Amino acid sequence: MLLSLEKRPERSGRMALLSPLLAIALTLIFGAAVFALRGVDPLHGLYVYFVEPLTDEWAREKLIVKATPLVLMAAGLSISYQANVWNIGAAGQLQMGALFAGLVPVFFTQWQDPSAMVVMLLMGVLGGFLWASIPAFLRVKFNANEILTSLMLVYVADLVFDWLVRGSLRDPKGFNFPKSVNFAGWQTLPSWGDVHLGAALALIAALGLGFMSYRMLKGFELFTLGAAPRAGRFAGFSKDKAVYFCFGLSGALAGLAGACDVMGVGHQLQTPYSTPSYGFVAIIVAFLGRLNPVGAIVAGLLLALTFLGGEAAQTALHIPDKIAKVFQGVLLFFVLACDTLVYYRIKWETRK
Amino acid sequence: MEQFWAIAITIIAASTPLLIAAIGELVVERSGVLNLGVEGMMIVGAVAGFGATYVTGSYALGMLASMAAGSAMSMLFGFLTLTLLANQVATGLAITLLGIGLSSLLGQDLVGQPIAPLPNFHGINILIVFSFVLVGMVSWFLFRTRLGLKVRAVGDNHTSAHAMGFSVVGLRYACVAFGGACAGLAGGYLAIADTPQWVENMTAGRGWIALALVVFATWLPKRVVLGAYIFGTISILSFVVQTMALNLPSQLLSCTPYLVTIVALVVISRNKRVLRANTPACLGQAFVADR
Repeated sequence: MLLSLEKRPERSGRMALLSPLLAIALTLIFGAAVFALRGVDPLHGLYVYFVEPLTDEWAREKLIVKATPLVLMAAGLSISYQANVWNIGAAGQLQMGALFAGLVPVFFTQWQDPSAMVVMLLMGVLGGFLWASIPAFLRVKFNANEILTSLMLVYVADLVFDWLVRGSLRDPKGFNFPKSVNFAGWQTLPSWGDVHLGAALALIAALGLGFMSYRMLKGFELFTLGAAPRAGRFAGFSKDKAVYFCFGLSGALAGLAGACDVMGVGHQLQTPYSTPSYGFVAIIVAFLGRLNPVGAIVAGLLLALTFLGGEAAQTALHIPDKIAKVFQGVLLFFVLACDTLVYYRIKWETRK
Repeated sequence: MEQFWAIAITIIAASTPLLIAAIGELVVERSGVLNLGVEGMMIVGAVAGFGATYVTGSYALGMLASMAAGSAMSMLFGFLTLTLLANQVATGLAITLLGIGLSSLLGQDLVGQPIAPLPNFHGINILIVFSFVLVGMVSWFLFRTRLGLKVRAVGDNHTSAHAMGFSVVGLRYACVAFGGACAGLAGGYLAIADTPQWVENMTAGRGWIALALVVFATWLPKRVVLGAYIFGTISILSFVVQTMALNLPSQLLSCTPYLVTIVALVVISRNKRVLRANTPACLGQAFVADR
């Protein structure tokens, strides 16, 4: 038997909605198989991993906290990828955002009024924006592949962050630990339980970009440049401007995510800093949300659940929490595979 | 003289994995496929190679396991992009993310376990020699054999190649598998000859640097050697500078390979004519046969 594809006469709207669900279902089946191989009752395993973390209040708050940076980053990345602009360095942009925001409490510890909070958030946006502008500039001016340059800058951002937090930004009274002063008062985000203001910002950003994407000319322009570059050129849309726009936007949002993370969760700069790895998970979020910023909200919550489930599996089932990364990778695979169904019909040929 | 030789050996050791991974990816890209999953295939190759060597004690089995693991990952990529026509960039990223997760899960019990490094003669081991043989063979294959011509034809114009009766998808599958085996072996080299240990995320971006090397080499095998050794030299020299106590922060010196990659990409890419001459014209495009 041979598998072959037959192009649908037009894009299937039903499949566009079904394919992410199908991908999730396949990932759950894969998960059940992994649990069975590990000698855990599959249904019990899935329950512990995907349901139990949602049953108590505290865990639901943690879910939103973890989803916040994912949604912020994925909303911007969705727009970029639609336009065929491949920013895969959100991790580095997040880290630069955190670093820039952290400069305020380090150098102006006494600045304690609401403006300090706003300035810190804006510094985060600026940090991410500037860091993301580098690959955009190199792409437009020198034609350098933005996938590779944006990724290389992730490593550079991490090393620069490490150098500064161990060096000039270190808390002099911090017993030589590689961390900055603690952020306090107006230099942190207001929060309700664990959930901080960043969650609201993420929601606004995703809905706003969703509106831009589907109701404004800018969204149409980016979509055209991504889907049909030639048509876009004839319409007078500039690819170069789109590159700057997409990198600037997704970088600024990643920077904001970094600022929110240090102001709302960490309350200090600390190295090694683990949140940047969310920058790669955000890529999965963007695709699971079908490159729709609004879809990124749901997808972000789901991927946040895979982190919580990983922790739960470690404590309750003695399965290493690294299983979370495997589930995330497998989920992206199934998402990409199922997307084929939107444009193609699968046929099984019995005879060749 | 002895110190000079010591430095030369470390440079060769640092360049070899880049060279092996890049030459494999070069073949893949020549066939018109862009597999961004080199990093993921490398890291899975590293853990498989280390694990097999640790369990069986045989380096040959370790290397075979590396290649098999890299190939298996690349077949996943092939199935998605060549059969299901998924986006190559996104699928490559998926391979990398999955590879990093899978390797850290599988390698959990291997962390900190020791093995003896691959036997060598004054620092030169069999993989270093093999890397040069590999480049020669690839160069000969691509430019001196009929099959190599077919691969290049498929990469440059898949529609014409299909019309001439070549199996576009079949050739691409073969090239992708070869690239995966090379990436896996490059990872295995790190884990059984270079370090030799299993450390999580031990590839540290080398897969991505290998991808940049292919562009830097403008898809010509011999220039991959040049590129890999330039990269190896610069990254080792930055450590030498560090030990000479110039009081530069170590983190900034560790940035060197990544910054050099960016600079190299800029220098090569700005010259569009050089790029256009050798870039496979169908690179990254999905192929659908309309019989």
